Amino acid sequence: MSVLLIAEHNNKELRPFTYNAVSAASKIDEDLHILVLGNKSEAVAKSASEIPNVKKVIHIDNEIYENFIAENYTSAIIKHADAYSHIVCSANTFGKNLMPRIAALLDTSQVSDIIKVISADTFLRPIYAGNAFATVKSNDKKKCITIRPTSFEPAPATGGSAEIVKSEAGESFKNSKFVKREEIKSDRPELGTARIVISGGRGMQNSENFKLISAIADKLNAAIGASRAAVDAGYITNDHQVGQTGKVVVPDLYIAVGISGAIQHLAGMKESKIIVAINKDGEAPIFSVADYGLEADLFEALPQFLEELNKLNSIQK
Amino acid sequence: MKILVAVKRVIDYNVQVRVKEDGTGVVTDNVKMSTNPPDDNAVEEAVKIKESGKAKEIVAITIGEEKAQETVRKALAVGADRGIHVKVDGVVEPLAVSKILQKIVDKEKPDLVFMGKQAIDDDCNQTGQMLAALLNWPQATFASQINVKESSLEVTREVDEGLETIEVNIPAIVTCDLRLNEPRYASLPNIMKAKKKPLEQINASDLGVDTKARIEQIKVEEPPKRKAGIKVANVSELVQKLKNEAKVI
Repeated sequence: MSVLLIAEHNNKELRPFTYNAVSAASKIDEDLHILVLGNKSEAVAKSASEIPNVKKVIHIDNEIYENFIAENYTSAIIKHADAYSHIVCSANTFGKNLMPRIAALLDTSQVSDIIKVISADTFLRPIYAGNAFATVKSNDKKKCITIRPTSFEPAPATGGSAEIVKSEAGESFKNSKFVKREEIKSDRPELGTARIVISGGRGMQNSENFKLISAIADKLNAAIGASRAAVDAGYITNDHQVGQTGKVVVPDLYIAVGISGAIQHLAGMKESKIIVAINKDGEAPIFSVADYGLEADLFEALPQFLEELNKLNSIQK
Repeated sequence: MKILVAVKRVIDYNVQVRVKEDGTGVVTDNVKMSTNPPDDNAVEEAVKIKESGKAKEIVAITIGEEKAQETVRKALAVGADRGIHVKVDGVVEPLAVSKILQKIVDKEKPDLVFMGKQAIDDDCNQTGQMLAALLNWPQATFASQINVKESSLEVTREVDEGLETIEVNIPAIVTCDLRLNEPRYASLPNIMKAKKKPLEQINASDLGVDTKARIEQIKVEEPPKRKAGIKVANVSELVQKLKNEAKVI
């Protein structure tokens, strides 16, 4: 048995979730190899080789991998698939887009979004927006698996020195073309890996009011999240959405402000260690998962919250 | 241009799903079922493209038990021209679904295939990408905007980092995000008219696709419950609790 993990990166560095995927993959089997497909991506291959759990890095460098086009990635991965019992990657928009294309060509029924490795062929995964957990056993010879990154600790980044083997690019797919990417640059921690997340919902009423959230996020060095309602209403961009069809977050502290707590939102945050809910509707379902609930008008509570945090800081100083 | 739209019947998104006591699955008896929400967006987008004059025909397809037809009827009521129901009982994994769709694509020869990005029951997020692979077509997943050009589509995709735009040549597969559009409701007269639109039934077994499950569901259980929390009286109590009790700030 050997596991091939497909690295997610930006040609300069590995994306953080790759380290979480390494942890999960090495629970499947110790013979873990990483495949880096990129353009001028030597630094990425080197970082991958330094992860202690990694036994070998396959590095394919070609301009067709400058932007992540699943169709281009797939042909290269298929060429290497024979040597592996498992092909894995993160269950974020990168892996969700890529893995099924590989699985179908290998005639494998993919296991999506696993949260636990029970054995090399048996996994735990959430279904119905996390309202049920299914234990599933894959009976395919070759297994294609995506990993929910927040369910596994990140692997250490340094200490290893795996060999890096260069390999040839696959065919380029002519019918798909990258046009542009609008990345929202922020100095805040990434939503998926932040220790503290503060999210706003429909109760925020407009995008201007999200400043109340960002002031607290700045203070706590938190990432900003949102419910689907807030994103749909245009209060904030889609990369902030937490929930069944958005991102899954598991921070130490999740603060839900003006979010009623639809099951689709809970699916994205209810594994958080501590949950705080601030909502003026005492009956809102969000209170059923909150460790600390505050029934209050958010427009009064948020400025007070900031003030109290400032006080704490001055005491600590 | 011809658009094939795939729709799936799932437990309604408003239903609080309950796990069966014997651990074999979730309760579906007497539970409200409806079309998988992003599949409604897929139908809506196809109808809008047809209304703009860029498509001639929309074919709605579903795969599943007898009652799955309801989802096709709903698509017909909002603007699809005809329907296909591929009958198969029990759980059909995305791989088998994509193989069935491949057979239908071979026969119907659509220029575009639309479907939701993910079904809210199994949360797999696989079928569109698998179908694209089997057909060797381009895939535009998680679409929040589609611009139909002469012989291609420009698609804005929702990705973790923000938005990405790609161009895919037709024929292509698009999987739709909930933000792509606002699905319309069917009017009563249109629901009545939809009953007269053609709906072809095909048995999955006649298509020569093996629908046997490859993944064994060993058990289904409730997720661990969170222990009940408390309500705090005011903001300063909340901050004290977070600082001294939970020790997270």
